[in-house]
Amino acid sequence: MIEWSLFTESWPAYASGLWLTLQLTALALIAGLVLAIPLAVLRVSPNRWVSGPVWAYSYFFRGTPMLVQLLLMYYGLGQFEWIQGQWDAGSRFWLIFRDPYGCALVTFALNTGAYTTEILAGALRAMPHGEIEAARACGMSRFTMLRRILLPGALRRALPAYSNEIIFMLHGTSIASTVTLIDLTGAARNAYSQFFAPFEAFIFAGLIYLAITFALVGLFRIAERRWLAHLQPRKPLRKAA
Amino acid sequence: MFPTAALLATRPERAAIPMLYGYLPSLLDGAWVTLRIAVFSLLLALVLGLIGASSRLSPNRLLRLPATAYTTIVRGIPDLVMMLLIFYGGQVGINVITDALGLEYVDVNPFVAGVVTLGFIFGAYFTETFRGAFMAVPAGQLEAGRAYGMSRWQVFSRILFPQMLRHALPGLGNNWQVMQKSTALVSIIGLSDITWLADQAGRTTHEPFLFYAVVCVFYLALTALSGLVFNWLERRYSVGVRRASA
Repeated sequence: MIEWSLFTESWPAYASGLWLTLQLTALALIAGLVLAIPLAVLRVSPNRWVSGPVWAYSYFFRGTPMLVQLLLMYYGLGQFEWIQGQWDAGSRFWLIFRDPYGCALVTFALNTGAYTTEILAGALRAMPHGEIEAARACGMSRFTMLRRILLPGALRRALPAYSNEIIFMLHGTSIASTVTLIDLTGAARNAYSQFFAPFEAFIFAGLIYLAITFALVGLFRIAERRWLAHLQPRKPLRKAA
Repeated sequence: MFPTAALLATRPERAAIPMLYGYLPSLLDGAWVTLRIAVFSLLLALVLGLIGASSRLSPNRLLRLPATAYTTIVRGIPDLVMMLLIFYGGQVGINVITDALGLEYVDVNPFVAGVVTLGFIFGAYFTETFRGAFMAVPAGQLEAGRAYGMSRWQVFSRILFPQMLRHALPGLGNNWQVMQKSTALVSIIGLSDITWLADQAGRTTHEPFLFYAVVCVFYLALTALSGLVFNWLERRYSVGVRRASA
């Protein structure tokens, strides 16, 4: 009953799809984090003219489906003559938006950047006031305080929420298959249409996603034990009988 | 050139955009489909979540294990893969059953497939939310109820459930926000929701940006509206709770 030829023939496609999935996830997460750190600092600013635009950015990307964002970028931008002109002129920057890989990467990075900004902003707001007072009392400038006290503390505290975001991003990249990219889901869709064996094709892909998810969850447990040790509940001291 | 295309070409842009080149009614139909999918899958997910949470908290291992497997597996797989599996796999499964029974070929309705898939996936997330919320109700409250001679059902409906809901609401709100955005995925299995119709309209008019932007506005409005509703619900269910103030 099981269509074994699907596995023997398609596993190279699954392997290269997995590589693309991992690549898109990792690059988008790195770019999103680099974007989110300065934006989170702006987001907690008491000045509305500073925090407002960041709020609007994150509200848009968190309030609309990532699939629609991707379609808007990949199919939508080509409607503007000005952008077509840039493509014809061979502009390196704008050609990113004609390439499905470029569009997917930019969309995913902006999307995870929005969620990460809010996670980090939340962690910055939750900083105990005493730490800030202590930093001021030591005569730190605002930038030094940010670099030495606020950001390291916020990044640590944001770890549990950020680990969820990483898993969401891994799963989110599956929509790359809608703009012709052959990621892990794309490979499964191709294998399905080739062998007409939906269970084998999609369960195989699902198990690979599941394995990566478990591996990530395990890594985060280790990371939390290392960087959040000071926030763990105190363990009762047990004496040997 | 087709006459309609010529008409569109000569029509002044400013008049065309508010009516979306005549596609406004079709997009509204799509919005209605999206809303119905979101609401029906929410109901299914709530039911599955309550069942799942009760089994996960049950002292019986035979109930606990399947529920744990359900939430662990479903939350570890992308919703798109799950949806493709249920839609295409469901079709094959139904074909096998109808063949065996000698019945006629039955097409899987994409609407039902979409609702079942989204409900099944988010049932796992709701299970975890409800589980945490049930555990957050102090055991003393339930003991007090029993001490008053309440039946098990009375303890559940008067004491456990209302307090559980208070703890669950923030999580439910988050899940709902994620879920309503996941409804856009049903366009991939060919359901004429707002995203699919906008895609078609964009291709015909060569104005895809405009139509996807309209879809974004629709989802933003939905997000804003659900934010208001959940704020109101949270206020209502936290009557009598004193908040820690900074």
